[in-house]
Amino acid sequence: MSDVIATLSPEEISEIEHEIALIPRRDGAAIDALLIVQKHRGWVSDESLRAIARLLEMSAEELDGIATFYNLIFRKPVGEQVILLCDSVSCWLRGCEQVKARLSERLGIGYGETTADGRYTLLPVPCLGACDRAPVMMVGDELHTHLDETDLSVLSPEGAAS
Amino acid sequence: MTERPLTQNIRADGASTFLADYEANGGYSGLRKAVSSMTPESCLDEVKNSRLRGRGGAGFPTGMKWSFVPMGEKAGPGHKYLIANADEMEPGTFKDRLILEQDPHQLLEGMMLAAFTIQADIAYVFLRGEYVLAAERLMQAIAECYEAGYLGDNILGSGYSLHLHLHRSAGRYICGEETALINALEGKRANPRPKPPFPQVAGLWGRPSIVNNVETLCNITHIITHGADWFQTLGRGEDSGTKLFGASGNVKNPGVWELPMGTPVREILEDHAGGMRDGYQLRGFLPGGGSTDFLVEQHLDLAMDYDVIGKAGSRMGTGTMIVLDDRNCPLGMVRNLSRFFAHESCGFCTPCRDGIPWVVQLLDRFEQGQATEDDIALLEEKAAFIGGIGNTHCALAPGAMEPVNSALKYFREDFERHITAGGCTYNGAAGRH
Ligand SMILES: Cc1cc2nc3c(=O)[nH]c(=O)nc-3n(C[C@H](O)[C@H](O)[C@H](O)COP(=O)(O)O)c2cc1C
Ligand code: SF4
Repeated sequence: MSDVIATLSPEEISEIEHEIALIPRRDGAAIDALLIVQKHRGWVSDESLRAIARLLEMSAEELDGIATFYNLIFRKPVGEQVILLCDSVSCWLRGCEQVKARLSERLGIGYGETTADGRYTLLPVPCLGACDRAPVMMVGDELHTHLDETDLSVLSPEGAAS
Repeated sequence: MTERPLTQNIRADGASTFLADYEANGGYSGLRKAVSSMTPESCLDEVKNSRLRGRGGAGFPTGMKWSFVPMGEKAGPGHKYLIANADEMEPGTFKDRLILEQDPHQLLEGMMLAAFTIQADIAYVFLRGEYVLAAERLMQAIAECYEAGYLGDNILGSGYSLHLHLHRSAGRYICGEETALINALEGKRANPRPKPPFPQVAGLWGRPSIVNNVETLCNITHIITHGADWFQTLGRGEDSGTKLFGASGNVKNPGVWELPMGTPVREILEDHAGGMRDGYQLRGFLPGGGSTDFLVEQHLDLAMDYDVIGKAGSRMGTGTMIVLDDRNCPLGMVRNLSRFFAHESCGFCTPCRDGIPWVVQLLDRFEQGQATEDDIALLEEKAAFIGGIGNTHCALAPGAMEPVNSALKYFREDFERHITAGGCTYNGAAGRH
């Protein structure tokens, strides 16, 4: 049993235990635990999922039901940076579909795909709450606003975000 | 006393107001006042008398909501919770972000006062995951509060204790629905819970809990600091206080502004948003986010008050307007919104889970020129059913149908034209169609 949990790092385990200590039930930390592991590894593999489930004393199936419910928990590997392109109404009115088309062309990927060099994963995201600066996207933790499909210089020529 | 309390600390450079500046501008005097010279009952009376209505979308009177929380012995043993709803995922809504990023202490003080009123001992900020900058600034502000003795045990020597945590959401629009939010905080899938029991009685971990919107809680800070009478004078019409109003779409100067409740729509769209961009005409607007009904030109002189907008057939919602212009297709806009709601449905009930994708498919038929007259009637029938109050477990589905129903009402000729012209004839803002 502890072998399964041991696939998590001591740091991950201690961060998860910290969350558990704040609440009445171990499995109540499910979302925090998934996010903690994802922070360290970029995504949540089957192996990590089983380990977290053991640590939280819940079934892996139930935990997977939670993991797959949420938009920001990745059950497949993602690139070094995830691009979250807003495709909601205010960005739509300001031309996000053109930005999407150009981004896809530039990176050679569609939604849900990762560039061959492993740099970027492209995903749509519901309204990012920056509608006055539409169209917008996030590249990793950075918000980029007033996007223009003719100028995607936020992605440097080599593909790295500037 | 300021007439623009919510934005008094918002700086032009976008930097955040942290503790020293917040205190220098009168911050935490409301908390000091409450814990030293007020009781939970007198705080509740002040909030009731202010006639504050919730800014999260439904406009429920805040004082009344709090009055259902069992107090003293009646609460039984265990914790009570106060939760700030900072999920802000309603399409077209970008008001809470302003405060979360630039004046986090205003929210924290409001939360402390709300928690004191209902005698909660644990508080959460439920923050959407993508608000990274807000998370950093909130963490710093929370740490400052523990350091200064505004949070923790025996706050300012009053005997009252409150612990406050930041929860970063893993992302789903439904998490903003208050009982779904509570399930998310318990680490579960965010399906809404049946009501009753209401969260005020049995919420987080089965204990009494209050969920309020960020802007609602910010208002509490000023109501306690300056009093309910002062708050009532801020509104221009029926409702009291100010509101963070916003406008997005093809207006000249999109943004968010703190204005008196009851400010006419025209003033917001023309004086503050600067009117339409050159070459664009107004077709209509959703007054308060993606789940409110379209209003049109004839409604421009209405006051942004809950009941005024309600009587006109729409809702105040979040007060952030989405403006439709004449170069974007109304059906395209509704299709974009419906796709959002279809994707964000939690899947619990059939009319929402299966019905909204059906609506999207119908709208696709119009877009592609495959629709017939019968499809208008079918769309009307479906939208009425999915949007029917009581046909679904929560308000997501009815909200989703508000733009559909109202588009059928105000933009009927566009539906007809998609049939006669064999598809969409719009050449959107950037050549979308
Ligand atoms: C699908 C759905 C999403 C919601 N999202 C939010 C949200 O992001 N923020 C918010 O404050 N309220 C949201 N609400 C409203 C909440 O359920 C709740 O009414 C609100 O937080 C209460 O706060 P208030 O009384 O201060 O307005 C949402 C409601 C529904 C049905
Ligand atoms: S209306 Fe939709 S979001 Fe709400 S409970 Fe039903 S399926 Fe879930």
